[in-house]
Amino acid sequence: MAKITFHGVGVKAISACVPPEIVYNKDLGYLIPEEEIEKTINNIGIEQRRIAAPDVMASDLCYRAAKQLMEDNHIEPESIDVLLFMSQTADYRIPATSCLMQHRLGLPRETMCFDISLGCSGYLFALSTAFAYASMQGVNRVLLLDGETFSKIVNRHDKVDWPLYGDAGTATLIEKGDYGESTFMLNTDGSGEEVLKIHAGMRNPITPESCVAREREDGNIRNDLEVFMDGMDVFNFAISKVPRCIKALLQETGKTVDDVDYVVFHQANRFMMDFFVKKLKINPERVPYCIHKYGNTSSASVPLTMASELRGKLDGNHTVVLSAFGAGLSWGSAIMSMRDCNVSPVIEY
Amino acid sequence: MNLTQFIENFAGLFDETDADSIQATTCFKDLEEWSSLVALSVIAMIDEEYDVEFRGEDIRGSNTVEDLFNIVKLRAN
Repeated sequence: MAKITFHGVGVKAISACVPPEIVYNKDLGYLIPEEEIEKTINNIGIEQRRIAAPDVMASDLCYRAAKQLMEDNHIEPESIDVLLFMSQTADYRIPATSCLMQHRLGLPRETMCFDISLGCSGYLFALSTAFAYASMQGVNRVLLLDGETFSKIVNRHDKVDWPLYGDAGTATLIEKGDYGESTFMLNTDGSGEEVLKIHAGMRNPITPESCVAREREDGNIRNDLEVFMDGMDVFNFAISKVPRCIKALLQETGKTVDDVDYVVFHQANRFMMDFFVKKLKINPERVPYCIHKYGNTSSASVPLTMASELRGKLDGNHTVVLSAFGAGLSWGSAIMSMRDCNVSPVIEY
Repeated sequence: MNLTQFIENFAGLFDETDADSIQATTCFKDLEEWSSLVALSVIAMIDEEYDVEFRGEDIRGSNTVEDLFNIVKLRAN
């Protein structure tokens, strides 16, 4: 377990962008028996999701979010020293999307840019990276872009994954300033690699055959370039690791759940989040949700939830816990001292 | 660890299925209300009530309610 503490670095602003096209889970009659649809929606807590157009990528959504953030906070491109792009749905295999974003956002050539790829836990890991760079001499501001378009890697005939995932792009500005302590706890268990996986890659090369969608377990249909998830094993992993991780984080930092103003969970599914809330005895009013309208947006879900639900609520000083988990297996939590964080309204592109 | 209590906890996860119709020998996957979402609530119940980690393969490999109980009992000890 990596436990990392920062002082004098914090989140200055957050923004998010979602596609305008809405897909309603009540229309999933072709995938789920009609009599089970309502129950499924209540259980996973997802009524609707946003799906990107074929020519809109995670980077496009992040670009719009970043432009909004820079405009709302009067951020000059020249003031950004590091740009990070966290995604599992980058534009290309080569080059890194962050390089394209440097040019597109008009950032100086002196900007350090690189991509980070991890599962739904990615925002926590990328945010800790952003905090680390912002703590260094010579770096004042880091722009973290986190976006995912899982609609492009989930088969519409996969009843485990398709009802869950939505698309979103976010931007988070991290900078040096008069911020209190923030602590991250980040964990990994690669023995769970099979639980959430896209089979095709370098080890299993893409072939004409791997692109053909075939019937898999329980009648689900997908090809080898699309996401597989064992829902029960992910659930077991999450309920056994997430509450423990948050408890350990609070214990290490000498805090209790009552000291925390907001707990922002990765919006995996509502049933799972309700389990965490109950298990950790968190006041439900302190747990923001946006899963009902945006679904599970993978690694973008934590910053999207902040943008969607905490706008105007992060003025002054606040203690916020962030927690996410996903493929790898990988999971982490952070307790952040937030101060006058400017949250832009969620925009559409 | 008590089988009767386990059956009661298990039956409590269903909304429409009569609790009396669930016995130790019931093949739970044959219950009309059984679904992957009920499976998640079984995993959650076993974590909460017995502090035991239950995997997808445990559910896939079990047929009756007693089969589930026996795994929980083995792990709890």
